[in-house]
Parts: sequence; C-alpha cells; structure tokens
Amino acid sequence: MNKRSSLLGLAMAAAVAAILSDARWGSPADAAIREPMFDRQTVEKGAQLAAIGNCAACHTQPGGKPYAGGRPVKTPFGTIYSTNITPEVETGIGAWSQGDFVRAMHDGTDRAGRNLYPAFPYDHFTRVTDDDVNAIYAFVMTRDPVHAVAPPNRLMFPMSLRPLLSAWKMLFFDRGVYRPDTAQSAQWNRGAYLVDGLGHCGACHTPRNALGAEKKSQDLGGGEAEDWHATALDASSPAPSPWTAEQMFKYLRQGWDNSHGTAAGPMRPVSHDLSEVNEEDVRAIAAYLMWTMKQRPPRPAARAEPPVGAAQPGDGAVIFEGACASCHGVTLASTPSTHTVPLGLTTSLNAPDSRNAIHIVLEGIWPDSGERGALMPGFEGALSADQLATLLAYLRAHFTSQPPWPDIAPHLRETMQRKDSQ
Amino acid sequence: MRTGRAGSTVSRREFLAAGGALVVAFSLVAPSRLLAQRAAAGPKLPGSLEATPMLDSWIRVGADGSITVMTGKAELGQGVKTALMQIAAEQLSVQPTQIILITADTRGTPDEGYTAGSNSMKDSGTAIMNAAAQVRELLIARAAERLNIAPERLRAENGALIADDGRRAAYGELVPDKLTQVRAQPESKLKDPSTYTVVGTSMQRVDIPAKVTGGAAYVQDLRLPGMVHARVVRPPGYGARLREVRGAPDIEKMPGVHKIVRDGSFLAVVAEREFQAIVAMRALAVAASWSDRSSLPDQADLFAYLQRLPVDAIVDLDVHTPANPGARSFEASFTRPYQMHGAIGPACAVAQFKDGALTVWTHSQGVFPLRKSIAEMLRMPDERVNCIHVEGSGCYGHNAADDAAADAALIARAFPDRPVRVQWMREQEHMWEPYGPAMLTSVKASLDGSGNIVAWEYDVMSNSHSTRPGGAGNLLPAWHLEAPFTQPVPKPIPLPEGGGDRNAIPLYKFPNARVVHRFVASMPIRVSALRALGAYMNVFSIESFMDELAQAAAADPVEFRLRHLDDSRAREVISLAATRFGWSTYTRSPGRGRGFAFARYKNLGAYVAVALDLDVDRESGLARILRAVAAVDSGQAVNPDGIRNQIEGGIIQSASWTLHEQVTFDTAAITSADWSRYPVLRFPEIPESIDVHVIDRPGQPFLGTGEAAQGPTAAAIANAVANASSARIRDLPLDRKRLKAAIHV
Amino acid sequence: MIDLDINGRTQRVDADPNTPLLYVLRDHLAMNGAKFGCGLGQCGACTVMIDGEAVFSCVTPISVLNGRRIKTVEGLGTTSKLSVLQRAFIDEQAAQCGYCIAGMIMRAEALLEKNPAPSDAEIRRHMMPNLCRCGTHMRILRAVRRAAQVMRAASAQASPEKV
Repeated sequence: MNKRSSLLGLAMAAAVAAILSDARWGSPADAAIREPMFDRQTVEKGAQLAAIGNCAACHTQPGGKPYAGGRPVKTPFGTIYSTNITPEVETGIGAWSQGDFVRAMHDGTDRAGRNLYPAFPYDHFTRVTDDDVNAIYAFVMTRDPVHAVAPPNRLMFPMSLRPLLSAWKMLFFDRGVYRPDTAQSAQWNRGAYLVDGLGHCGACHTPRNALGAEKKSQDLGGGEAEDWHATALDASSPAPSPWTAEQMFKYLRQGWDNSHGTAAGPMRPVSHDLSEVNEEDVRAIAAYLMWTMKQRPPRPAARAEPPVGAAQPGDGAVIFEGACASCHGVTLASTPSTHTVPLGLTTSLNAPDSRNAIHIVLEGIWPDSGERGALMPGFEGALSADQLATLLAYLRAHFTSQPPWPDIAPHLRETMQRKDSQ
Repeated sequence: MRTGRAGSTVSRREFLAAGGALVVAFSLVAPSRLLAQRAAAGPKLPGSLEATPMLDSWIRVGADGSITVMTGKAELGQGVKTALMQIAAEQLSVQPTQIILITADTRGTPDEGYTAGSNSMKDSGTAIMNAAAQVRELLIARAAERLNIAPERLRAENGALIADDGRRAAYGELVPDKLTQVRAQPESKLKDPSTYTVVGTSMQRVDIPAKVTGGAAYVQDLRLPGMVHARVVRPPGYGARLREVRGAPDIEKMPGVHKIVRDGSFLAVVAEREFQAIVAMRALAVAASWSDRSSLPDQADLFAYLQRLPVDAIVDLDVHTPANPGARSFEASFTRPYQMHGAIGPACAVAQFKDGALTVWTHSQGVFPLRKSIAEMLRMPDERVNCIHVEGSGCYGHNAADDAAADAALIARAFPDRPVRVQWMREQEHMWEPYGPAMLTSVKASLDGSGNIVAWEYDVMSNSHSTRPGGAGNLLPAWHLEAPFTQPVPKPIPLPEGGGDRNAIPLYKFPNARVVHRFVASMPIRVSALRALGAYMNVFSIESFMDELAQAAAADPVEFRLRHLDDSRAREVISLAATRFGWSTYTRSPGRGRGFAFARYKNLGAYVAVALDLDVDRESGLARILRAVAAVDSGQAVNPDGIRNQIEGGIIQSASWTLHEQVTFDTAAITSADWSRYPVLRFPEIPESIDVHVIDRPGQPFLGTGEAAQGPTAAAIANAVANASSARIRDLPLDRKRLKAAIHV
Repeated sequence: MIDLDINGRTQRVDADPNTPLLYVLRDHLAMNGAKFGCGLGQCGACTVMIDGEAVFSCVTPISVLNGRRIKTVEGLGTTSKLSVLQRAFIDEQAAQCGYCIAGMIMRAEALLEKNPAPSDAEIRRHMMPNLCRCGTHMRILRAVRRAAQVMRAASAQASPEKV
C-alpha cells in the first residue's frame, strides 16, 4: 500500500471517530449581527494586514470584482473556488459577525460551523492575533459589496466530504495564536509572526505530504504554486549569491532585486501588495527570512555573461543573441538603469526544475496597467517547442553552475498544452 | 536595392530616384529665390507671406497643369499635408490630386521656422490660401489676355479657365512658367466659403495608404545608394566624459564595421549592415569607460529643490477693479513631474557629406534653424548645409530628432561620401530626450456672497519650455565634442504665446487678477517643448481649481464657468460639450463620476471643452475614462475628420500623461530607460467612447488644433476623480498609488 | 545563407543567424512595414505574423525561422489591392503619425484569422502588447471591428446557413 493510501486510511478512521464523537471544530454561527461602523484607523490597519495576507489574490477572479471570489485554486485533489468575502449579505459574508470571522481565520470553520478546506490557509491564519483579525474584519466589511456566487468545488471523492476535514485537522492542524520567542528580537518576532501567520508563505514555499499538508519539518523548504516552483527559503536555497535583508526587502517591496530576479507568476501579486505595506513590516519579513536561510551553505557562483560578440557555437547561443541579448546581454554602459537582472543570479534559472523559466520565457512578464516593473515579451509562437527547449538548456548551462534540467521537454509540453486548453 | 561600395559614383538622378516617394527632387533653383526676401513697407501680408512674399516661393504651375505647392511646415502625423493641399486645391479650383506638396526643405521651401505651437494652419495655411487665390487671379488674367475677353467672363474650374462662351484654357496651356514670380498682395480674392467643395470636407489623408501597406513613409524608411549604418554610444549620464576606449582596433575588425568615430566624448561606430552596427555598438559600450556623471536631484525632494533655484519673476497680468469684497478665500497648489515625448519611433537621420557639402534628411520640426545649428557645430557656412524634412513618428514637440540629425552630420563628416544612417536606440531616446519640465503652480481666489470669483492670484514656476536649436549649443552631440558647445541660458517665450506661462492667464473675466510666471533658468534635467507646453499644467491647475470653487459656491461646474466667460465662442463649445455629454441628466454611482474642463489654447487658438465619465476602482486605484465628449472650435475647419482625429488623440495622450506618466530618476541617472519604467496607456484602459463635435466657422481664421485638448482633458479627469471619490488630487500624475492612497480605505 | 518564407515567397538572405528578423526585413530586404520602435519586445511596432501568430520581429532571430511562414503587412495587400483589414484602417482613417499602424494591423490580423468574431474586450486584450503614442486607439479598434464585420459578412455569403 503506498504512502498516500495509508495516510488516507488513517484519516478515514479518524473521521469516523470524529463524526461518531460529534466532535466539531467551532460552534454554530452567531446570530446575524451587523457590526457598527468601523473607525478609519482600524480599517487602515486592516488594509495593511490584508495586503500582507494577499487576500485579494485568491479571493478575486482574474478581471473580476475585488474580493468577490470565484477564483479556481487547483489542488492535488481537485479544484476549489474561492469564496465571496465582500460584505454582501446573500452571497458574501455580509451577515458574518466579528466572531464568525475570527473562527474562520483561527479554526477553519465557516459561519455554519462546517470545516473549510485548507486551501484557505487557516493553518497559518490561526497564528494571527485577535486584534489583527478584527482589523482585517473591519477592512473586509467596508469593501464594496458584490453579489456573486462561486462555482461549486470540483473535488474528487472522498475529499469532497467536509466532515473528513475534521480528521485532517486532527492530524495536521496546529491551532493557536503566535507565541513570541523571547530569545529573539522584536523584529525577528514580527517577521516570524507575519511569515508564519498572515503572510502564509509556507503555503507555497513548504513541501506538502500526500494529504496536502505542509511538512513542518521542512518549513520553507520549497514548494508549489499554480504550476510554479516556490523557491526554498531555508538552508536549501539554491541562489548562487546569498540573499541579504536589503535585497529581500527590495525584492518584496518593488518586485525585483538585481541579485536575484523579478517576482513573477504567483509571486507578482504578493510583491504588488507588499509594495503598499509599511516599510517596517516588510523589513521584518526580510529579516526573518534571513534567519530561516542562515544555515545556507555557499553555492557555486553564477557564470559570467558571455562576452559580447564572442563566437559561441550552438543553436542556443544564436537564439540568445537574437532573441534575448537586447535586454539580457551585457548591460550597455549607457543604460545602467535598465535593471535587467544578470541571468545567472536569477531564482528561476537556478531552480531545481525548469517550470518557472518555462513560464517566463513562454508568457513573458507584463506589468499591470500603469505599473513600473519588468516588461518582457513572451516567446510562445515565436519559438517552437524544440527551440524553446534548446534555449532553456543553453540558459541553464551557460549562466548557472547548476546541473542540467532533465525535465525541460515534458514540462514545456505540459505548460503549452495547459495554455491551449484554457 | 543596391548597396554601393565606398567610392562608387552614383548619378544624381539615381540618387534622387532612390529616395523614392519620400524625397521630391528639386530642379535647379534660381538664385534669386534663395536670397532673403525683404518684406515691403506697408500693410502686412497674410500669414507667412509676410516673411516670404514672392508667390513662386509657394506655388508654381507646370506646363502639364500640375501645381507644386511649397510649405515650410512639416507633416508630423497631424495631417497638415492633406489640409494644406485642400486649401490650395480649393482656391485654385483643382482636384487635390493635382497638387504636389513639398514640405520643409532648406533647398527651396519657405522658411516657416518650426512646425510647432499649433501654428501651421494659421501661418502656412493662411499664406497658401492667399497665395493660391492670388495665383488663380494671375491665371485668370493670363487666360483673359490669351482669349481676349474680360476677366469677369472667366471662371476657374477643375484646373482650367472657362469662358462664358464655352471657350476653355487649361492652366498648363497658359505658359505658366514664371507666372508666379511676383510679389504677393495684402488682399486676396478668396472664394466664398459657402461655395467650398474641398475645404470643409473630411478628405482622406494622402499619407495613410502607404502607411498601411508597407510603403516608404518615414525617414526610417530612407535607403540611399551606398548607405551605411551608424550607432552612437551615449554617456552613462549627464556630465560624464569619455576617458578611454579599450580595444577599439578589435571592434573595428568586427564583421561589417567600417570605423569608430570619436570626438571628445562623442563616440559612434559605422558599419555596413544595421545589425552589425548594433552589435558593434554593444561592444563599444562595454569597451568605453567614463568619468563620473553629474548628480541629479533626489526625486523625492524634486519640488522643494526646484523652489530653491533662482527665479526670474515676470508679472503676466495685474488687473485691479473695484468689486464686491471676497467673502471667502480658497487656495491650492499643484505639481507636475517631468514627462517625456516618448515618440514610438526613436529618432533617426540620414546625412551625407560630399564635396564639402552636407545634406541631412531629418524629422526635425525646424529644418531651417537646424541647418544653422549644424552649420555652426561643424563650423561650415550655412549654404553648404541642407536639411530636408522627412516624416518621422509623432514627435509631440522638441524631442531627439535634432540631436539625431546632428549625430548623423558629425559621423558623415568623419565618414564622407556615403550616406550615413543613424538610429537612436529606445533607451537612448528615453534617457536623453528633452522632457516636458516639472512645474509647480499655486492659485488663490475669493468668492463674493453670490459665489462669483472676485479676485484671482495665480503663480506658475517652471523651467524653459523651449531649448530648440536655435544654435549648436542646444544640440546634444555638440555638448560632447572635444571642443564642446555649451547650452545657452534659456530665455522665456514671451506672451501671448508663452512657455511655462502658456494659458496661465485664464480666459475667464475676473475683476481682480494677478498672474506671475517664475521662470527658472537652471535646468538640472534636460527640458524643452512638449506638446501644449505650459498649457497642459496651467489648464490642469486652473480648471481643477474652478471646480473646487464651483463646489464651494454650490454651483454646477458648467454653469459656474459660463458665469465668468463672455467670449461667445467659448460659451458655445462649453454648452455643446455639456449638452452632448448629457451633463444635466447624468447620475452618479459609487466609484463613478463626471468631470468637465475648458480652455482656449494660448487664449488665441482653438477652443476645446471636454466632459467625461470616469470610473475609479478603489482596490487597485485604477481610474478609467468610460466616455468622453469634446467640442472644438478651430475656426474654419479645413478637414473636420482631421480635427476630430487630433482631439481624440490629444484626449488619449493627455489621459496617459495624467494617469500614468512621470519620468523617474535617482541621483545618478534617469531611470525611465524604456517602456517598462515609463508605463503609458494601453488598449485595455482606452475609453469606451470618445465623441468629438466640431464647430465649423466658415470664413474665420484658422486656429490650429494639435495641442488644444491636452490641458482640458487633464483637468476633466481630476474633476471626475473628485466627483467619483471625493478625493481631490492636485499632483500629476493621478497614478494608482496616489488614487489608492486617497480613496482605498 | 538562410532561406526565409516571406509572404509566400522564398527569400535568400546573407545574414548572421542571430540577426533579428526585423533587421533582415528592413535592411536586407528593404521592406518598410515592420518598424523599429524599441528592439526590446515592448511596443509592437515590429509585429509580424509567424505561422499565424503575432510575433515581435525585433526579438526573433532568423535562425529559428527555417520552414516557418512569415507574413508582413506587405503580404496582406497593396494600395491597388488592399486586404479587408487595410481597407478598414483607411476607411476609419485609423492613423495619426501611423508609425505603429503596420504592427497594429499584423497583430489584429492574427486575431481575426483565428477569431473572426471577437468581442471588444477580446480585441483590447489581444492588442495590448502594441503601443500607440498618438492616441489613435479608438480608430484602430473601430477598424478591427469593421474588418471583422466585413469578414463575417463575406463568409456568410460564401457559405450560407444550411436549413
């Protein structure tokens, strides 16, 4: 019996036990109490916290109304659609009291007391203090109400059974508000609180077990988000140049850093939101992440950029010269501010698999309207699958000291097929 | 296309023919026409005829009946060629297709200075209209002679004179050579506008068909026999000097490279093929090392920094009349960052230095002043330098076109005989072009008990809005030469045109009004004329503040403006825009609002009123115009669709400036190096509809159109944002961060 | 030497394989349609079609174009025989300086060849990579819509609905 089915069996047994014992997380909804008007200061605080928590990213459909839900979140067990958290009464959380909201964040239950799927990372939000949750509540309840019903979740049996989640929670949910570590500084604690709590960084950056729970022993050891690799932020970070707190702060706040790369894919909305968060908090997050990466051994340096005009054999080099070098070639002395990151230092080229580089090269990076940020054209359509594979292999070999990716072709195929089917 | 080898001889005819449709051959020019034409004493001649009174400088009739019309103005994409053809065709009673229009060329068109200030129709259109009418009368007189009848019995129609007895004389038959070698008269027998068949019609633009089929249309498309390609390596920032170039001989050995050109800190490379030049440029950039750049101000501190610079305070207006005392006073200050032209086609020029003479094909707005500047830079006599205008992409003012021409001239002199094509790179254009200056304005006003404005004080602080060449000192490459030219201290453009104070004097009538222009000569960042000059910021400030006052007076913004205006044409555009927008029946909804603004460009030019409906998303801070309605009065509308096109374009361009655009920099260099760092409006944000209503004024003077929409649009946007969200934002751009900060929570 | 299939004709070009298509079109083949706007894949003035996809020719080296079908605005039509889209741009007078227009036409063509009935939102999203600084967007959108209408009418005539 494989690992997954044995874990599943254990979970089912626990579920039966839980149902029989009528143990339930949380209590039924408070009566529909409408909270009074919120003071501006609390709402502003909640706005900051919601930005750290990046609530809008999951709870908004691409091109949809903010916080109105309906965004598909793919899990290994099927697709879950995010809920409408605008204060609309019928289809949103307009009838939720503050207590209901706190229970959702801390206990992972909805207003009716049913378990929420941990795609909503309450295993992290449980760490958030009552005060902060209340501020977020104030913020959420003052958004524009939108009437919108999310599509029904499409989860495979038996994951579609909410009661089963009680078992999952028993096994994997460590409930409780963050407890400061008195041996550490205030900034460290703030950083740990934000990273482990609202920031829910581990939700993407930590590997998960067969039942979809984070492996706590490998906290921030690298994970997944929407077919992108979320880089390791612990000792196994593959960055050839070690992160400094200043670089991490820049990366998170402005969306790029010259020694590591550009926030792309699912990380873009995160850095977009963090750009509006107060500096102190972002610095705290950066400081904490330096700590989680402190055991990182030195890595081989990135390769120097090939000299301009030097005859480089091979198709990959030729493609690079014609397609990439105008931005990614050796930076012109006259344009020191073009900010393209030296490719050898980028997280995507140093990642354990090729998926991130594939996404970036295929799709490009387009800033939102009016935003200053990386602008890179996508090369799907211009380059064939073979040519893309050749280019990617070249980039990995010529700019990094990492071993070649064995998986370019299948990942490429998968990503291109996925786009076709969208 | 032939690529000649260096040293090959190419016949003049081949040379001219290779220019294709882009370059019209000039036959040998009679010396008399090149001499400055002294204006006669007496009444002024209309438009640019005053400076160039000989009719044959403007119009020549060929033996084949074709009519050559010359203008000193240039096609910038604003449709001026087509409009001038319409004017000439109308007065001469020919089909527009009979007209060959030659634009700005120092070899033989009139010198009409710069194509700028929305003055082309006023200056050139008026001159050509009158010249054409006078040439028509000359043709009539000649035909009357030939047919031996009284001139009154002849009418001009379709390229011929037709007598009332049916006899006919086509223009070409009248031996028209030298016919127009006469001086213009102050008065012309103009056609009755009510009989117009060409002017006032939306004739399709003559240049568009080539542009949609890949025909040669731009200076970038010019390919001359033997032409080579060059690229310049610019310094890393203002003030940096070139210290050394390591390994220059190796770079000269790269494939296709002919030569590295170096003169002081001016560094360029010439190659046979374009991409070879680009690859060599990259190598040269790596090989070059530079001294330190000058420091730029701290952007976060920019406006405080500008306010510390010495100013020249000029009182533009000071009016005092007794009035009801002001019951309440209000004040506001506004800021505008540096904004760039950001022409989509980076600057380009082709130059050829041969037999001691230099020819430059350029998209400069002013080929005559440019020629003087290049001649000065090269220490050559003016007559040995010729500048020929060939269309570039839209320039929106003084951008890098003149600099590219100077680059080409320098390189051509160092690499003579073969034509040299210089193309600026995107990053070079973004970082080195002269920007629209950062500006500060402040305004104070008092309302009386009835809500009327009784006192008005306005202050505008700005750098120069014109550092056009004008002299080698305003050519960027000239600053980098071993024997450099220095940029002259700029002087303000005098009123009524104005520079930073353009449209600083409102058209509204206030009993007490004072307008002060604080001219800052010192330019930490390179600046010059950007479309509408100071009018963009001044109208933004004035019209935003008018709305704030209207609100304080509990008055409707449209009615409030009408209250203070006695100019009937102004009132008419305002009423028309408001009516067509549905101003009085508009209903607000959360996050959505309407805004209105009006201005008469320079208080002399076109009248434009803009009303718009705008949506603000509080979570993203994105503002989007849903619907815009504009009314415009440009005087006699030569090509109504051309006017609409310019106003639509002006609204969208202004929306981009107003919502997104600002040049960013740190203390080392400009950081808006390309479109990633200088975002502009893209398709998803374009309004759902823009309706432009043209008020035609047959027989009235031409007022121009090109810059009239920018100011009103900016204010209408700010006013709509305030209406949608109660957030009054006075700092441009009204970008997402500012909007979100103002309204999010 | 590299053979390129441009607008249905084979062109033999003597250029380094790393040369972006844009420079081969303009410099070697004297074609004006595709324009240099940035060389960085940010503005779309260089847009051509390759195997039916809209592509930035400024960042496409000719080394990757073996056996691919390249289409430029010159291949859509001429002034004496305009394509539907070119005609629509003229009819809508969809140009001010016109420098971006050839690129706009190629991007729009790629859309219409795949989807002859795009919604307004689809057109805007599709055209997003192409910049226009003169503000001709309204007319460009009208021209694309107009061309789409003409194309749909033509195909409806050619193959009327079967009962």
